[in-house]
Amino acid sequence: MPFIPHTESDIREMLAAIGAPDLEALFEEIPAELRSGKLSAVPPGMNEMQITRLMSERAAQDAPLLNFIGAGAYEHHIPAAVWKIASRGEFYTAYTPYQAEASQGTLQVLYEYQTMMASLTGMDVSNASLYDGASGLAEAILMAVRSHKTSHKILVPATVSPVYRSVARSIVRLQGNELVEIPFDRATGTVDMQALAAHAGSDIAALVIPQPNFFGQLEDADALTDWAHAQGALAIGLVNPTALALLKAPGQWGAKGADIAVGDGQPLGSPLSSGGPHFGFICCKQALVRQMPGRIIGRTVDLDGKVGYTLTLQAREQHIRRAKATSNICSNQGLMVTAATIYMALVGEDGLRRVAAASHGNASALAVQAAGIPGVKCAFHGAHFHEVVLHLEKNVAAVLASMQAQGILGGHDLSAHYPELGQVLLVCATETKTEEDLARYTAALRHAIHG
Amino acid sequence: MSNPTDLKYTASHEWVKAEPDGTLSVGITDHAQELLGDMVFVECPAAGRVLKAGEECAVVESVKAAADVYAPVAGTVTAANAELDGAPQKLNEDPYGAWIFRMKPANAADLGNLMDAAAYQAHVDSESH
Repeated sequence: MPFIPHTESDIREMLAAIGAPDLEALFEEIPAELRSGKLSAVPPGMNEMQITRLMSERAAQDAPLLNFIGAGAYEHHIPAAVWKIASRGEFYTAYTPYQAEASQGTLQVLYEYQTMMASLTGMDVSNASLYDGASGLAEAILMAVRSHKTSHKILVPATVSPVYRSVARSIVRLQGNELVEIPFDRATGTVDMQALAAHAGSDIAALVIPQPNFFGQLEDADALTDWAHAQGALAIGLVNPTALALLKAPGQWGAKGADIAVGDGQPLGSPLSSGGPHFGFICCKQALVRQMPGRIIGRTVDLDGKVGYTLTLQAREQHIRRAKATSNICSNQGLMVTAATIYMALVGEDGLRRVAAASHGNASALAVQAAGIPGVKCAFHGAHFHEVVLHLEKNVAAVLASMQAQGILGGHDLSAHYPELGQVLLVCATETKTEEDLARYTAALRHAIHG
Repeated sequence: MSNPTDLKYTASHEWVKAEPDGTLSVGITDHAQELLGDMVFVECPAAGRVLKAGEECAVVESVKAAADVYAPVAGTVTAANAELDGAPQKLNEDPYGAWIFRMKPANAADLGNLMDAAAYQAHVDSESH
């Protein structure tokens, strides 16, 4: 589709038709103090040749660094076929098609996606995706509050990503919801069960259970789920989709299973791409389906008995229910979901399990090697997935700068968000890393600390 | 279908029936169910919930829309119609038989503030113009 902007004469004609002297006049009703005025930081436009040159120069600055940062965005191998297929013209859109009769292929992909996610999480239903994991967590919290009806109190462990907690708080707090932080056990880097127990008997809408948690550590998801249910609260599993290939599905946690499973789908076929786009997934038990935000694709049959796909459960969406909709920020990420569906179909159940196992193996090997360096130790004991927290005797920022100079992105500095832990570094190693990569990491870390 | 004369009505299209035990049954009118179309889900208020007059207290969801049901008068919910669970189409088939919830009014005289069948019909006619 060509993009043809309005010409000067188009604009003059339109302004004349409504009797406005210039474009500025259209914004007159916005009070002057609310207007940003001139955007001095935005340079004037460039032509295609100039912009191509500029972008090539910028791209060349991206030195090929060996990446060991995770912290919510994970580098996995993406089979070449994934984006070859996903970028076909028939699929190339971020939106769920509303015109079902003209979009059966896209709707079928989304339906397959929902089936895969429901199966991966052990839940009854999945929607067709959300923006990302962080806003997905906010939506899960709002679902729990609507469903609970009396409580606006949600327990969120400090082992949930600080970014996720910040996003969730921004989205839910103005509806009168209170996110209560649960501290973690300093030895295991997991939820402090005694601190949690102090909330027993209070009116709680939900407990968020990160698995693995932000430190990469595995929580006692069964015990946490049972505890939440004993309080009459919903259990929200915040999960990494790759890890689900190895770990127990949220639907099987504890005696009754988690009620909602939510997370970020980026590890399933989306590249790191300087931080986006990602997509969020959300799945739940059948009983909560009417509280679930966003699009849900259904399979049905037409008058002739032929299979067809359709948007379903739309009555509570914003285009119908306006301000009373289940969500007004549930626009999905159809293209990333298309890639995820193709990724899961290509690697398969066994392939995803091998990706997860290789990632876990590499992270474990890296932790052992790094902890062999004097001045470095693992911050926590207990099981982890594909990330570990290293405690350093040196300043983490300085160590990371030195490692970057050696061609390695050494991890995510946790010191600012968790000052109580001292100098700590969150390191991720996925299946993309070789034994040589791990050895290079250890050598660079040793050099950064001991010179 | 004409609106039964033994019921009271609200401007937001609920009907109210005074039961012999002093409670009120509340449903949606034939006009309301016709506008909404085929019902797929009814969300009822829990027994014991205290309602203000005009408060949103139930949701009726059709294939086209999800609409709120409002408390006709102030009071306390005494029961929800469990028969609608899994059979929401009863609201289409028998709108004046399928009650959604029952409530005990805070003040029985409040019922007098609601419309009778003729006034409600006039209200519907005026809305359609």
